[in-house]
Amino acid sequence: MMNTWVCVGSVDDIPRGEGRKVALGDLVVAVFHLDDGRFLAVDHHCPHRRGPLADGLLCGKTVVCPLHGWKVDLDSGNVHGEGAALRTFPAEVREGRIYLSTREVLLTR
Amino acid sequence: MTKQRLVVVGNGMAALACLEEIYRRGGPPQAEFEVTVFGAEREVNYNRILLSDVLSGKKNTEEIVLNPLTWYAERGIRLHLGEPVAHLDVQNRTVRSAGGIEASYDLLLLAMGSVPFIPPIKGVEKPDVFTYRSLEDVRVIRDRANRSQNALVIGGGLRGLEAARALAELGLEVTVAHLMDRLLEMQLDGQAAAILRRQIEELGIRVLLGHCADEILGNGATEGVHFTNGTAREADLVLISTGIRPNVALAQEGGLEVRRGIVVNDFLETSVPGIYAIGECVEHRGKTYGLVAPIYEQAKTAAAALCGDQSKPYTGSVTAAKLKVAGVDVVSMGNFLADGAACEEMVYSDPTAGIYQKVVLQGGRVVGGIFLGDTALSGRIFQVLQSGEDVTLQRKGLLRGEGGVPPASVMALPDEAVICGCMGVCKGTIMAAIQEHGCTSREAIAEETRACTSCKSCGPLLDQILQQVLGGEYVKTAQQPVFCGCLPLDQTALRTEIKVRGLRSATEALRALGNGVGCAVCKPGLSYLLSEVWANDHLEERQHRFINDRVHANIQKDSSFSVVPRMYGGVTSPEELRRIADAAERYGVRMVKLTGGARIDLLGVSKADLPRIWADLGMPSGHAYAKAIRTCKSCVGTDFCRFGVQDSISMGIAVEKAFEGLYTPHKVKLSVSGCPRNCAESTVKDIGLVGIQGGWEVYVGGAAGMKVRKGDLLCTVETREEALAASAKFLQLYREEARYMERTYDYVERVGMETIQKVVLENPDEGSALLSRLNQSKALAQDPWLEREHPVHPRQFEDLIPAPAGASDESQESEVRSQGLEG
Ligand code: SRM
Ligand SMILES: Cc1cc2nc3c(=O)[nH]c(=O)nc-3n(C[C@H](O)[C@H](O)[C@H](O)COP(=O)(O)OP(=O)(O)OC[C@H]3O[C@@H](n4cnc5c(N)ncnc54)[C@H](O)[C@@H]3O)c2cc1C
Ligand code: SF4
Ligand code: FES
Repeated sequence: MMNTWVCVGSVDDIPRGEGRKVALGDLVVAVFHLDDGRFLAVDHHCPHRRGPLADGLLCGKTVVCPLHGWKVDLDSGNVHGEGAALRTFPAEVREGRIYLSTREVLLTR
Repeated sequence: MTKQRLVVVGNGMAALACLEEIYRRGGPPQAEFEVTVFGAEREVNYNRILLSDVLSGKKNTEEIVLNPLTWYAERGIRLHLGEPVAHLDVQNRTVRSAGGIEASYDLLLLAMGSVPFIPPIKGVEKPDVFTYRSLEDVRVIRDRANRSQNALVIGGGLRGLEAARALAELGLEVTVAHLMDRLLEMQLDGQAAAILRRQIEELGIRVLLGHCADEILGNGATEGVHFTNGTAREADLVLISTGIRPNVALAQEGGLEVRRGIVVNDFLETSVPGIYAIGECVEHRGKTYGLVAPIYEQAKTAAAALCGDQSKPYTGSVTAAKLKVAGVDVVSMGNFLADGAACEEMVYSDPTAGIYQKVVLQGGRVVGGIFLGDTALSGRIFQVLQSGEDVTLQRKGLLRGEGGVPPASVMALPDEAVICGCMGVCKGTIMAAIQEHGCTSREAIAEETRACTSCKSCGPLLDQILQQVLGGEYVKTAQQPVFCGCLPLDQTALRTEIKVRGLRSATEALRALGNGVGCAVCKPGLSYLLSEVWANDHLEERQHRFINDRVHANIQKDSSFSVVPRMYGGVTSPEELRRIADAAERYGVRMVKLTGGARIDLLGVSKADLPRIWADLGMPSGHAYAKAIRTCKSCVGTDFCRFGVQDSISMGIAVEKAFEGLYTPHKVKLSVSGCPRNCAESTVKDIGLVGIQGGWEVYVGGAAGMKVRKGDLLCTVETREEALAASAKFLQLYREEARYMERTYDYVERVGMETIQKVVLENPDEGSALLSRLNQSKALAQDPWLEREHPVHPRQFEDLIPAPAGASDESQESEVRSQGLEG
């Protein structure tokens, strides 16, 4: 399967411990800069009522939706205790820049 | 010695309570059991009472599991999940499951619960029509709810209303259609039901009474429901909750005596020796039960009988139904309708406050009752109902909780007294948990006995027992709850450690004193505590703050933000209004609105626009999004009003300026009125000043939100300066002592006005120390909207911008690929 990687910015664009949203065509992704330095990415919209996950409070590798507190595990995309799950997007840092794999974009279009 | 083969049909709450009791007893005297359990559901035993929390998303499946797989494994129980028993052969003493698994028994326990009763309605087989009984039901309902808009719940009983609330919490438009002329007719009388109905409607749930559904409408998909009165309602999700029927099919097939339920005697034995039955599927002395507490009583007696102990027969239960509907506590017990001869009712009713309390007396004894909205007394009333004692001498105080029914120490109660009505846990069990199993907290008792795991209203009783049994040791830990599981210190200890160890950032504090990670509950609280302990000379880390405090605006349901500039004392000017109007237009503000706090809200601003709109407004932040000093309302006072005795406007502005920018454990609202007519509602603010002839009254601890509380008079003083100083001292005391997220209304009640007055008014040293600490914090407080020029992070308000499509940096991309990274 073809892999497309998109550069979404530099590592300095996201303060450690926070998230930022990025729009890639129809796809809206939340990218997080974890305390341990990793970058993880999931769908930006909370499956509950479309809360903006990039604005959530990050605790370890769990993000808490700012609207009603659903908790999403960023590694798996699973919503704690819900049947729901979000898509995750592989993220890589190369020379200080953040890349996301947009394989999912190709699939969903 | 051969083992007794015990086969259990049903893997629900009754069956497992009985098994637990058998193991607690250490099995029968002469032999051990070899236990096989058949469960129709795929899950292990879970707490059915909490299904609504799973439906609404408040809890996940694991959180309601009562007996995990390991519990069965540790006891060597053979467990067949997803295997309903389909045949019972009484002659050969065997059962066979639908999947063909056979088991022979010496003893058989039937605990098959009940099945939903579905009235004759055309079209109930449609795909979007559900019943509500099991986790599987919850799964399919949730799944459908994600795509639904309009839910209609048929049945306004206990479960129907719980489901309605959960669906409303999921964001659906919900209507409840009920056959009877009042909700919860099995638990409430007309008056109480009317109060409850209003409160449910306030949550946005529509209630239709006297509506009997006769057809589900729609061609294929579900589109609505038709009623016998000729009307119809739109709905794309229908939930039927019209009662339950004991699940007796298997018993009937086996030839046991069945009436409404499986008939059992006082030892829960059915008409066939060796076969026992408990739970919702049985009929005992003509009664069936649909609540956990009586069923747990049955389980105990059955366990004893199965172990050969017939010393304590089960003689039936008086039930108290406890539930929370739409956030309203409801308790109903016994003969709540006062049916029958010579019943009298004592009623206290306050519809506006949503409170209704009723006790039914017959011949000097309590025989029934209803508690709605305020259920504090219900536990005690239920005890006298159960004990049947004569309360003639205490009549007057029955509903006042005073003198009347003595708030007898819980220690005076017999061991059999039920403490947790939901789970049917009695005092003896709780004492044993403390004395024999070393439980030292509510949580530990809950874990051990399941008391206090449902409605939690028995919590205070558990505290009392703990306190009595453990003495002083307990009192210490109990009065100061742990800050958070991530930071297991109480708040006082946490403050001390922060100071002593010189911890200035949340990250440091979490590493030094906690688990290093923290959670959404403790991180914002810890951040506040640090700022307060160090009088704002701490190391601010935005990543531990809620989004509102990272961008200084209030997040909205559509991810945009609201902007409320500060308007000291509620005073503005044409010039300011013009700037507001211009900014509103420039940034496409969706609505300009006067707030309930007497200022102007600009709603629907995007995060990226925040710094710009702040600059254009040129006004400081109103902190409408933060746990901080909020508004100061004022009235026109002596400047204009013919009754004014004090200059409330200039005082309002002065107070707001004095405290502006200070963060607090919870929000703090201020108000100043120019005379006792109190047009600025100062008596329902956290700090409120009321002008009187020749002076000021200072009120604290008032509120008119979720809780309405008239503030307490802190002091009456002569001058503005004194009034300001008293307010400031109180404010600082609250900042230092209140628990995070504790409003002044709770703080004042917890600590007591006398204590507060002693510190603030009577101790000049302590008073001036408070003032100087407040001033220190104030000195470093700055308008957060100035971050428009100096953001804590250069891209604090910005989204990421992807590299242009296609040109996604070819060289980079091929480089990544050539290094073999897999996506
Ligand atoms: C904007 C405003 C409503 C309005 O349009 O008028 C408002 C809006 C919100 N209030 Fe309020 N409250 C507003 C005045 C009030 C008042 C009236 C007042 O301040 O005089 C009260 C009752 C007074 C009181 O608190 O004693 C009030 C009692 C609450 C409560 C209940 C607090 C309590 O403990 O009882 C909450 C919930 C909470 O704080 O946990 C709340 C929470 C909220 C939140 C912040 C809910 C949230 O977290 O999103 C609302 C933000 C809506 C939004 O999308 O921006 N709001 N809220 C008012 C802003 C006033 C201002 O200028 O700052
Ligand atoms: C949504 C909801 C809310 C509730 N709220 C409260 C409350 O607030 N307070 C309260 O006291 N009570 C409440 N209840 C009632 C309480 O849950 C029940 O009274 C209790 O669960 C009954 O226990 P039981 O073991 O008799 O039945 P269940 O817990 O239903 O267990 C019976 C089990 O047997 C299984 N079974 C049936 N037939 C077979 C078969 N042939 N073979 C194998 N297995 C079989 C069933 O699948 C089920 O798992 C509520 C119930 C519901 C559904
Ligand atoms: S503004 Fe206040 S009262 Fe209105 S919906 Fe929001 S929280 Fe409720
Ligand atoms: S939108 Fe995320 S929790 Fe509600």
